[in-house]
Amino acid sequence: MSLSIVKTTKRSIFKMLAAGALIGTAMTTAVQAQDGEKFKVGVITFLSGGAAESFGVPAWNGGKMMIEMLNKGGVLPAPYDKPGFGGMMIEPTVVDEAGGATKQVQEFRNLVQREKVDAVVGYVSSGDCLAVPPVADELKAFTILYDCGTPRVFEEGSYSYVFRTAAHAAMDNISLAKYLTSKGVKMDTIAGINQDYAWGQDSWADFVASVEQFSPNSKAGTALFPKIFAGQYGSEISALIREKADVVHSSFWGGDLQAFVLQASPRGLFKRSQVVLGAGDHVIPQLKNKMPDGVIVGARGVNGLAARPRGDELTNVLWEEYEKRHGVFPVQAPFRMWQALLGLKVAVEKAMEANGGKKPSQDELAAAMKGLEWTAPSGDIKMALAGGHQAIQPNAIGKTQWNKEAGKMELVEIEYYDAECVNPPNGTKAIDWIKAGFPGAKCK
Amino acid sequence: MELLGFILVDGLIYGAWLFIVSVGLTLVFGVLNILNMAHGSLYAMGAYATASAVGAYFAFGGTSFEFGSYLVMVLAAIAVALIIGPLLERGLLRHFYGRDHVILVLVTYGVFLILEDVIKLIWGVTPLFVSEPYSLLGNIEIGPLYYVTYDFLVIAVSVIVGFAVWFWLNRTIQGKVILAVIHDREMSQTMGVNVNKVFMISFTLGVFLAALGGALTAPMISVSPGIGVNVIIVAFAVVIIGGLGSIEGAAIGAVFVGLARAASVHLLPEAELFIIYLVMAVVLVFRPEGLFQKTQARKI
Repeated sequence: MSLSIVKTTKRSIFKMLAAGALIGTAMTTAVQAQDGEKFKVGVITFLSGGAAESFGVPAWNGGKMMIEMLNKGGVLPAPYDKPGFGGMMIEPTVVDEAGGATKQVQEFRNLVQREKVDAVVGYVSSGDCLAVPPVADELKAFTILYDCGTPRVFEEGSYSYVFRTAAHAAMDNISLAKYLTSKGVKMDTIAGINQDYAWGQDSWADFVASVEQFSPNSKAGTALFPKIFAGQYGSEISALIREKADVVHSSFWGGDLQAFVLQASPRGLFKRSQVVLGAGDHVIPQLKNKMPDGVIVGARGVNGLAARPRGDELTNVLWEEYEKRHGVFPVQAPFRMWQALLGLKVAVEKAMEANGGKKPSQDELAAAMKGLEWTAPSGDIKMALAGGHQAIQPNAIGKTQWNKEAGKMELVEIEYYDAECVNPPNGTKAIDWIKAGFPGAKCK
Repeated sequence: MELLGFILVDGLIYGAWLFIVSVGLTLVFGVLNILNMAHGSLYAMGAYATASAVGAYFAFGGTSFEFGSYLVMVLAAIAVALIIGPLLERGLLRHFYGRDHVILVLVTYGVFLILEDVIKLIWGVTPLFVSEPYSLLGNIEIGPLYYVTYDFLVIAVSVIVGFAVWFWLNRTIQGKVILAVIHDREMSQTMGVNVNKVFMISFTLGVFLAALGGALTAPMISVSPGIGVNVIIVAFAVVIIGGLGSIEGAAIGAVFVGLARAASVHLLPEAELFIIYLVMAVVLVFRPEGLFQKTQARKI
């Protein structure tokens, strides 16, 4: 009996060893297969045109840098210290976003069908973000919208293979209104100057609606919508100064914002009214001390100067490397690119865990990305809206203050807002949520 | 009344800027019969050259005499004109004289696209700033508003430029020769006028005026790729209102558009984008050739 047991045990051990060896061999084969495998990412961002220097180029500078760091492995802190995406080297193909939505749809098809990329990460322009998703679903191509702000992408559409890893624009204006309230800034009268397209119009509407919630007696006055890239704002500045509004709101960006600040500052607009700039951080490196002190600015997330004071290891490593390479600190665009790439890494590795370590299919990637949560330099990102396709993220607002000794602009009196505090809950349109008084908002 | 004053001041400032950026366009059309689509790029070249030159001026000790930066701005515009003007006119445009307007529009549009890329090759995509000349003259208080004195300098320059171009064309021998060429090229040639030289000088002057527009604008903006695109649209609107080829027309058109836009911003902001084209449409309904263009018999 005992002999029989021993024999059985011996056989079992032999079987187990054989099975183990087989599994081991199979796993080794799988790992070896991955060793040579590449993960192709199509990156689409503005490399020319009006949005290039503010968003497209810094985003790609950040993206290229992060891809190099990820491929090298062990550079970023855990959980991002493993090389590439699940061991696969990342191979980027960058495409210029300039040329309009029709061209971008064609470029997208080229990337997916000819270049056979495994994922597309792209789009600054809201117009492109609205045009590409239907094609992405048609081609069943996993796509991340990394930058654009319009809430309409998922509020007016539903897609299986499309995800946006950055919060939409409502968060910026809700946060501005909260900041003004908490700082006790008088806002009996508000005026605005925003570019005449979806971004500017939506930003102003969200800001006015948010201010009305916190300060019901507040009156919205002059609302100016000059053409994008107008460059000359003399009459607009006169109208805003004449209005004597307590608060002047602007979602201007890029060259328009720089020109506006250069022209409005010597005329005293920034002294007469409290100016708030929803996306103003990205012009600070260029304007330096030409940006007046005391301007309330956002960075569309805990990005740029708002991220640095938190001092976590991931932010510090990326910040220092970016500064070393480009001689300027990273503003909001590279932060959004980083959170997209890190989200993609987490999704790929999650999908590989589920499928036994193979390169994930488009469906497996989409399933892994849905509802995903990960940590980025801009905080904890949650794919919480639009059935797990639209991210929410924390936000921060601060005031500009020139540090004479250091010769650099700083953000002071920064207030941080939890993602659930300034983003609508799943299934609710942002403007409806604001007008209803932010029901269900979770604010500390 | 106070509001009327603001509209007047804002309108004149914008109108003066519009005149400077459009007078070169109308001059080139008047003399060479070319609708120069590259005008916006030449304006951008002027802005970039100014940003670089003024930046270098301050970097190499210009802070001891800051007003010298205004001279540097003009020199930068002259440099752009002297390099690009003869090169474009002699090297490219002269081959297309006498061809259909559309051909020349396409050729100059091609030049526009090339120059936009040349700008990126030379200066990159990072914006340039030279706001020192903008703040150098301080502010002027008009009622409750502060205006930057530099804006009034632009008005003064536009008046000087307008008068100088008018005087040159109408009161100098060389100007009269140009007018003769405009009137009848073949006849002028048979009378011994060097038409090629007239064309080259006129085109180079047009480039200088475009570059001067860019040079004067550079301190007010961030000089970045694409700044020439919008300028060409408003410049065309102004010269169409005034009558293609008319210096006086460009001046009146610029003031009309400037005042209309300022009035719109102060009184009806919703119409700001539309107002320039409304003025243009109204003028064209009553004067299809523009305000100062005389109807001409077609030569067969």
